Amino acid sequence: MFKLKCDDFLVFDESTGTYSMAPDQKVRDEAEKNTWKTAGFTLLKDWRLYLMLVPMILVYFLWKYMPMYELTACFKDPSTGDTLHVNTFSWAGLRYFQMLFTDAKLSPDFWLAFRNTFITAFYGLLFGFPAPIILALFFNEVRSNIVRSVMQVCVYLPKFLSTVIVTSLTLILFRGTANGKQSEGIVAAVFKAFGAKQELIDSGLVFTTQYYRAIYIITDLWEHAGYDSIVFFAAVIAVSPTSYEAAQIDGAGKMAQMRYVVIPSILSTVVIMLIMKIGGLLSVGYEKIYLLLGDGTNNTNNYAVAQVISTLANQWSGGGGPAGGRSLGTAAEMLNNLIGMILVLGANAIAKKASDVSLY
Amino acid sequence: MKRKTERSELIFRIVAYFILIVFALLCVYPLLYAVSAAFSSSSALNSGSVVIVPVDPQGEAFLAVLKDNLFWVNYSNTLFLTFFGTIWALGYSILGAYALSKKRLMARRAFNFFLVFTMWFSAGIVPQYQNYLNTAQVFASIGISDLKWTVVLAMGMNATNIILLRNSFEGVPSEIEEAARIDGATELQILTKVYIPMSKATIATVALFFGISRWNGYFWAYKVIPSTQSYSWPVQVYIRDFIDRKTTISNSPLQEELVIQNWDRDHSYAAISVVYSMVVCAIIPILAIYPFIQKYFAKGVNMGGVKE
Repeated sequence: MFKLKCDDFLVFDESTGTYSMAPDQKVRDEAEKNTWKTAGFTLLKDWRLYLMLVPMILVYFLWKYMPMYELTACFKDPSTGDTLHVNTFSWAGLRYFQMLFTDAKLSPDFWLAFRNTFITAFYGLLFGFPAPIILALFFNEVRSNIVRSVMQVCVYLPKFLSTVIVTSLTLILFRGTANGKQSEGIVAAVFKAFGAKQELIDSGLVFTTQYYRAIYIITDLWEHAGYDSIVFFAAVIAVSPTSYEAAQIDGAGKMAQMRYVVIPSILSTVVIMLIMKIGGLLSVGYEKIYLLLGDGTNNTNNYAVAQVISTLANQWSGGGGPAGGRSLGTAAEMLNNLIGMILVLGANAIAKKASDVSLY
Repeated sequence: MKRKTERSELIFRIVAYFILIVFALLCVYPLLYAVSAAFSSSSALNSGSVVIVPVDPQGEAFLAVLKDNLFWVNYSNTLFLTFFGTIWALGYSILGAYALSKKRLMARRAFNFFLVFTMWFSAGIVPQYQNYLNTAQVFASIGISDLKWTVVLAMGMNATNIILLRNSFEGVPSEIEEAARIDGATELQILTKVYIPMSKATIATVALFFGISRWNGYFWAYKVIPSTQSYSWPVQVYIRDFIDRKTTISNSPLQEELVIQNWDRDHSYAAISVVYSMVVCAIIPILAIYPFIQKYFAKGVNMGGVKE
């Protein structure tokens, strides 16, 4: 007798000569019909996996997402409740944002900090981004492995120093003369040789509006350029030597080789690093700025160029800040960080569209 | 034509060597200066004659640091924070990254988003500070009144490190996991006996990142631990506090004269020498492990993307 080959979902009954549904298949059909039940089943089966997630989720919830709840303070009046509990404050609407933009006393400070944030970020990108790429290209020229390793060890080192140590060294090396009681710092002396005015040197170059930004950028390069070159160097040495040879045979000089061989090969790395850099752009190194900010007495006043949104918010929310300082500071930071998020997502989207390289 | 090519390459190479040598020397110079300034006399420092080797050497500043009790208490705090902070962060990061690396994890994209969103948007300093105050209060109410624990548990999160670990775990071939599962290994055994040994390099890199950021951390410890509890400070806070109180470099000129006069009356060495001695002490552990951690540098930065 002719027999169907369908053992997996039907069962052939010899005695009656008929087919009936296999019991296994009934279970399978049931599971397919009710996907939520299946979900519960896998959840139950992999419970250990979810248990492993718990500590991380908890930590991130408590100390990354709870502060986001604290952000609601920017819509609330901090004087109306218990300072520790933001939910006890009464709503104040957009009053604090309005104050940031229009208040005669506060808004100049806000706009100054806002502008400085962007300028600091822009300079950081303008100088801080190409420098490691150039260093990586230079490292590629060093043929001796030993010489290159020694150089690399030297240039990576500053990255591992703390902000406190970097700013302490900066303050000491650029120190003023304390009314002629001591000589200026050794790097300040170099600046003097290049024509910095004596009265600016006397008050400490870090605290002058003319030199603060240059010093900030220089120390930033000193700290990060070497270490950041690692990833670009890895991309540069991955370029096959035959590509160079082919370009040389075609008569390409060094610049042409750079333009047509090296740059296209490392482009995707450059784009990824650029997106990452933009991601941290507006959270400009507030720790370092905080430590370099003058206290405003006598000549140690570099607020006009150094103050950024985070340091301003920190100052407002502390003692001696304006009334409602905590909400004002929160509002300022909220704006700053929202713009930062738009920047990173925008950069990512543009990179995706233009070159198929994206980070997120 | 051939000669021209060679010449442009030669010029480029000369420029490269020159700039690299200068930059490498500049990177090391401030540290050399720090050592020589720590051991130079007050008058040599004030007249600016210290350039590279100690002038008119003295060891009193360094001795004063060695005898400074609070400095060493804070130094041990930093060791404590670095050790426990790294273990804690590495622990939950490895567990979380392992779970996230599994394709069968339900709502995997949602969990990833939960993590990556913190890289795009952060609440900012003021909300974080208020939140830490809450945390400290809650900790105090359950009997943990030492603020060191707030610093250890609540700070030093880094989503990039978790992504790094996740990507490394994803690179482990699934056949090995299946083999272990058939042999009867549990989830935790698979993690500790298969995944962790196979991702040793990445884990070392991530541990290094967590450790360095702990060793160097300043701002939050300074904000959260008040000066009345200076015995709980990490050493970075102590160094900055010393600079603010005892030296002229970060203070206003008005206070400067008073500070200078007082210091010069009581001490034969410069306050800056003390700062430099402390800086040297704080850098030594990093310099000591530096040769061993170098090989991990390149690994850590080749993260290859956050994409899901």
